[in-house]
Formats: sequence, structure tokens, C-alpha cells
Amino acid sequence: MSTSLRNSRAVALAAATAALLLVGLALAFYWVPNAPLEGFRQRIFYIHVPVALTAYACFGWAAWKGLRLLWTREQRYDLESYTAVHMGVIFGILTLVTGSIWARTSWNTWWSWEERQLVLFLVLFLFYSAYFMLRFSVDPGPRRERMSAVYALFGVVLIPVSFLAIRLAEGLIHPVVFDSQVNTRLTASQLITFVVCFAGTLALAGSLYVNELTGKRIDARLGELREALE
Amino acid sequence: MTTAEKYVTAAYLVVLGVLLAYLVIYAFKLSRLEREVGELAELARRKKEAA
Amino acid sequence: MSYLADVGTLARKDLLLELRSRDTLPAMLLFVVSTLVVFSFALPADASDAAAYGLLWVAIVFTAILGLTRAFAAERDQRVLDGLVLAPCDRSAIWLGKGIAVLAFLALAEVVALPAFALFFEPVSWELVAAVVLADGGLAAVGTLLAAMAAASRARELLLPLLFLPLAIPIVVGGVGASIADDPGRYLGFLVLYDLIFAILSWASFEYVVTE
Repeated sequence: MSTSLRNSRAVALAAATAALLLVGLALAFYWVPNAPLEGFRQRIFYIHVPVALTAYACFGWAAWKGLRLLWTREQRYDLESYTAVHMGVIFGILTLVTGSIWARTSWNTWWSWEERQLVLFLVLFLFYSAYFMLRFSVDPGPRRERMSAVYALFGVVLIPVSFLAIRLAEGLIHPVVFDSQVNTRLTASQLITFVVCFAGTLALAGSLYVNELTGKRIDARLGELREALE
Repeated sequence: MTTAEKYVTAAYLVVLGVLLAYLVIYAFKLSRLEREVGELAELARRKKEAA
Repeated sequence: MSYLADVGTLARKDLLLELRSRDTLPAMLLFVVSTLVVFSFALPADASDAAAYGLLWVAIVFTAILGLTRAFAAERDQRVLDGLVLAPCDRSAIWLGKGIAVLAFLALAEVVALPAFALFFEPVSWELVAAVVLADGGLAAVGTLLAAMAAASRARELLLPLLFLPLAIPIVVGGVGASIADDPGRYLGFLVLYDLIFAILSWASFEYVVTE
């Protein structure tokens, strides 16, 4: 892809991010009515769940890029997979923090082992943090690229397996003290607000991803240049 | 502001805060890249003169 | 057929090496028993009986880590891993052979650990034994792959627990569930699922991890 085409795409994505997030925020705070049962605090839903789903999307993207690397052995997929994991971890941390705040408003506690999403993200956070430890302790090269790709694939497989494990652990390992509030039915206005916010966070992840990838590519090429000149 | 409003706003602000922190880190990275480009341009110029 | 022959040769090599040097297995045995003794001091007097089962599974996971840390140590020290990789066998046979050896060590350690546990803490049911067998499969499958990754890194023994523990969490859930739940079948089924999924994944991806 030519650089100018890439740049204009990045700008368009950034513009879309800004628009979607602004509209989404406005909808979440001003337009959508209070949820009948929970009241105002339910609005955390419009930032917490989109961020969580975006984190999953990032990890999935990283695994896909890892698979492409193992398939084609093209080096560029390594940077793309690595950047996607980085984005996933950032959004994962955001999920944990917003989820913790939500737990505080709902059950007056900063952490709840009953909240499946929170526990799952804690496990994933541990897993993908180890990804960085792996990358930093192996010398750069095709071996490291392949190991990172395999690990990213393991991660995406771990997501459903861990979720199942956490569900099995409920009630058995941790006392059922709080009743998990699961909103399965969304009203039309809630759904619209959610979709806009979700699109916004996805676009945000995409924008950050594109930017960081460009920065990493520049870094790599500068390294090549330096080797050529010295 | 009610307690609920405070927490909800805090959640959204945390997201904003993390993003801004990312921007700041990125700004540092860009200035490092710029410096490195400058060094390499200098190296190239000297090599050209020596040749 | 020669694939299985390769696997057999590799597994036998590791087992014979251990038989001669006798360093890993005694350490694992002593470690798991020591851990159980430490746990008996760690549990407060009014702790539930079920808590002891949880600690048993923690002990198993950490004993597995101990054994896995040594899994590729010999190859790495003697630089034999590169030679193995160059050998004309399917790379995944290395994984299977090494995994079987790890499984054997782990099982032998548990042959000592489970009676010790029954003696010190709580009775051991057949569901628990079944869970231990299934869990060993998962631990060996995933652990062998991760041990190969860690062997290639500079951090080595430091890295393996970090890579291993998040992946071991579902095994712990399955194992503890099978030990204390009213319907252990669900948890045993889950362990089977875990073993299948991750064994296939590890088998398929091992060659990408060891080749240069």
C-alpha cells in the first residue's frame, strides 16, 4: 500500500473515531434515558462493555496476524500481531478499571469474583503480560516472531476455555453473595447508544493501532538505515 | 453530583486519562524518532562528503 | 508407523536419562511432599475440608512447573535441541516424546503425593484420581510446549511459570471442581475438553516454536 494511501486512511479513521466517540458520549450522557432498575449508574455499561469487546477484538486480530505469520512467514505480520496485543492489553486494563468502578457502584466493592467478565480479563491480563515477558527475553529474529505468534494463538483459544472454567467455578469456589445482574434485553435507545459507543471504541483501537504500527515500522527502518550507514 | 454520577464520570474520565497518557508517551517516542532521523541524516551527509 | 517409533525412542531416551541421573524425579517427589507439609501449617484450624483440596491442586501445578523447568534443560545445556530439530523426524514427535516423559514424572510424583494427601488431609476419591490423570495430560501437553519456548529465552526458569500459570487456571478449576463438587462429571468433562483442545494446538504448533 502506498504511503499516501495509508496516511489518508489513517486520517479518515481518526476522524471517524472522533465523530463516533463524541456522538456516543453525547448519547450516553444526554439522550438515552435512565435504566429503570439501576438508574444513572447503568451508563457505565456504554463504556465498559464496548471497551471489553474491543479488547477481545484486538486479541482476535493479534491471533489472526500470528496465524498469517506462521502461514506466510512474512515479517510484517509480527509487528502487526505485537501491536494488536499491545492494544488489547491497554483496552483490557481499561476494562478492568471500568469494571471495577461498576462493581463499586453496584455492590459497593472494588472487586467481585462473581463478575465473570472481570475475572476473565484478569486471567487474560496475566496471560498477555507474559507475552511481553516472552518477547523481551528472546533475541529478535524469526524464532521470536514464531513463538509470539503461537502464544497469541494460545491466547485466543484460552478466552472461551477460561470463560467456561470461570462459569464452572461459580458457586463452587467462590460464595454466591451477589446476584449477577445480566441485562439481556436492551431497549431501542439503549441499543443505538451501545452500538455507536462500540463502533467508537473499535475505531479508537484501530486508530491507535495504525499509529503505533507506523511508529514501529519507522523504528525498524531507522535501524536498518543506521546499520547501512555505520 | 450524586455518588452514582461521580462514579460514572470517573469511569469515562479514566478512559480519557489513559488515552491522554498514551498520547504523551507517543509524543516522547516521536521526538526520539525525530532525533534519530537527524543523527542518521548527519551520518549520511558526512559519508557523502568523505566519498 | 515410524512417527510412533520416533516418539517412543525420544520418550525412552528421557526416561533412561532420568533413571541414570536421578535428579528431577526425587526433587519433584520431595517438593510435593514438602509443599503439602507447608500447607498443613498454612491452613487455619477452622478452614473447611474443601480448602485442603484446593491446596493439593496448587501443589500439583507447582510440582509440574518444577519438572517442566528441567524438561529441556539437558538439551539446552548440551545444545542437543538443535540436533534433535535437524533429525529427520517430525518435530511434533519431539513434543510428544518429551510430553510423555513429563507425564510419567508427574504421575510418579502423584503416586507419592496422593497417598500423602490422604494421610495428612482428606480422603481421595476416584473422581479425584481421574481428575489428576486428566489434568496431568493437559499440564504435560501445554507445559512441554511452553518449556521449549522458555528454553529458547534468556530468562529460562523465570519465564516458564509466567507463561504456564494463566494456562493452568482452567485445569485447577476442573481439578478442584472434580474434587469437591456434587457432580464431578461436569468438571471431568471440562478437563477432557481442555486436554483435547490444547493437546491438538500444542502438537500442531510445536514445530514453529523449536525451529530457527
